[in-house]
Amino acid sequence: MASSSRLAIADTTEAIPAISTADLHKHYGGLEVLKGIDFHANDGEVVAILGASGSGKSTFLRCLNLLELPSAGRLHIFGEEVKLRPGDANLRIADRKQIDRLRTQVAMVFQNFCLWSHMSVLDNLMEAPVHVQRRGRAEVRDEAETVLKRVGLLERANAYPAQLSGGQQQRAAIARALVMKPRVLLFDEPTSALDPELVGEVLKVMRDLAAEGRTMLIVTHEMAFARDVSSRILFLEKGRIEAEGSPQQLFGGGVNERFDQFISRFSQG
Amino acid sequence: MNLGIIELLGFGSQGWGGPLLKAAGVTLAAASCGFFLGSLLGICGASLKLARAGVLRTIGHFYTTVFRGVPEILVVYLFYFGGSVVLTNAMNSGGFPGFYSLPAFAIGVIAVGVVSGAYQTEAFRSAFLRLDRGQIEAGTACGMSKLLLLRRIIAPQTLRVALPALGNIWQSVLKETSLLSVIGLTELLRQAGTAAGSTRQPLLFYGAAAVMFLIIGRITGLILTRMENHLAKPWRR
Repeated sequence: MASSSRLAIADTTEAIPAISTADLHKHYGGLEVLKGIDFHANDGEVVAILGASGSGKSTFLRCLNLLELPSAGRLHIFGEEVKLRPGDANLRIADRKQIDRLRTQVAMVFQNFCLWSHMSVLDNLMEAPVHVQRRGRAEVRDEAETVLKRVGLLERANAYPAQLSGGQQQRAAIARALVMKPRVLLFDEPTSALDPELVGEVLKVMRDLAAEGRTMLIVTHEMAFARDVSSRILFLEKGRIEAEGSPQQLFGGGVNERFDQFISRFSQG
Repeated sequence: MNLGIIELLGFGSQGWGGPLLKAAGVTLAAASCGFFLGSLLGICGASLKLARAGVLRTIGHFYTTVFRGVPEILVVYLFYFGGSVVLTNAMNSGGFPGFYSLPAFAIGVIAVGVVSGAYQTEAFRSAFLRLDRGQIEAGTACGMSKLLLLRRIIAPQTLRVALPALGNIWQSVLKETSLLSVIGLTELLRQAGTAAGSTRQPLLFYGAAAVMFLIIGRITGLILTRMENHLAKPWRR
């Protein structure tokens, strides 16, 4: 009896997804960008979100840490419902403190890096942990240096963002997200603004993160990366989930016609 | 009458060096206080003009339109003489007869502050509009509250962008404090005028005042340039 009840507890904790959305809608004026997305990502999953431009994939990702406010629907983060209240066009944040707390748990990496240009790399890393999470400076500094070492930027800790290459900036931005010790990492086209020869160094860091079992949601156009690294593909088209499945299934072809068309357009360049 | 230039500008009993230096101090003090007040008003004005509510934007727009559109000397007259009339009427009706005038220095600072605040509003506003939205968004995404964002990200970056424009405004504030001579404030121009009148040496004293304005402007300008360079350091490659 005892062992079976323990098993039941283990099952319920495992069943709580890292992030889940129910019937998530988003429209800008008359334009409906998301038409009801039901989605969940389990802890440890790496989900690649694919789709043509205008499919709503970036908007969807940005809704997950409320950079975009959905127009309707529900959002849970580790089982906790994000408190939203009705507004004019979109839902509104009902509890800013809750959102700010959850945002440190669901960290975002942007296409344009968005490092704070008036701060050194190290200060960029320490900013949120010290001022938002209110952790001790010494501990945060140690953590920041460990993370910088990991992304290969320790010797550039005192450089300013303008002094770094695009690839270095994006690695610093990933480090900035990691220092907050988030439980989920969101990547919004992390390599799209990079020169082709700098893409590899960023993807390598992301590969390492995926390999250590981190929960990651990645909007990307790097098909090979999505196929090799992700545990699940989410294919959006016109604001809906058109196809979903393991990379082996989907990239094998024949599962979804539109996905196959999308991929073939890509391989043609 | 037959004193040489050295004696006239010196610090002896016949010399005007002491009063002129003191007057230069008054000029610098009035300009600094006025500029500082203007910065506070400029930040408020910029917040109004950037506000979401239309009423607030209208108030901000009204402020900058009026005080950039009216000659500064008129603002000085209006605040000083207008204010004194209001004060006198109030005192008289309260049972205290006579004429009351407002303190020239304080009113001068307010006048300079209100006018430079209108210009600083534009400097702060356009600096804010030039900020990289992505960096503000990155702060939001890290869970920063609005106040924290303002303090840690928006304010330092806005200041850096606004500083060159603020430097120009400072230089004109410095010159425009000479208008306060019309309300009896013994600043550099008025003191030079007094000296010129009583020695019949206008060329010498107005020339000396001009040189002192230039020196003050140059030194403060250098300080501002250093600040500018310091704040621009992160953007240099």
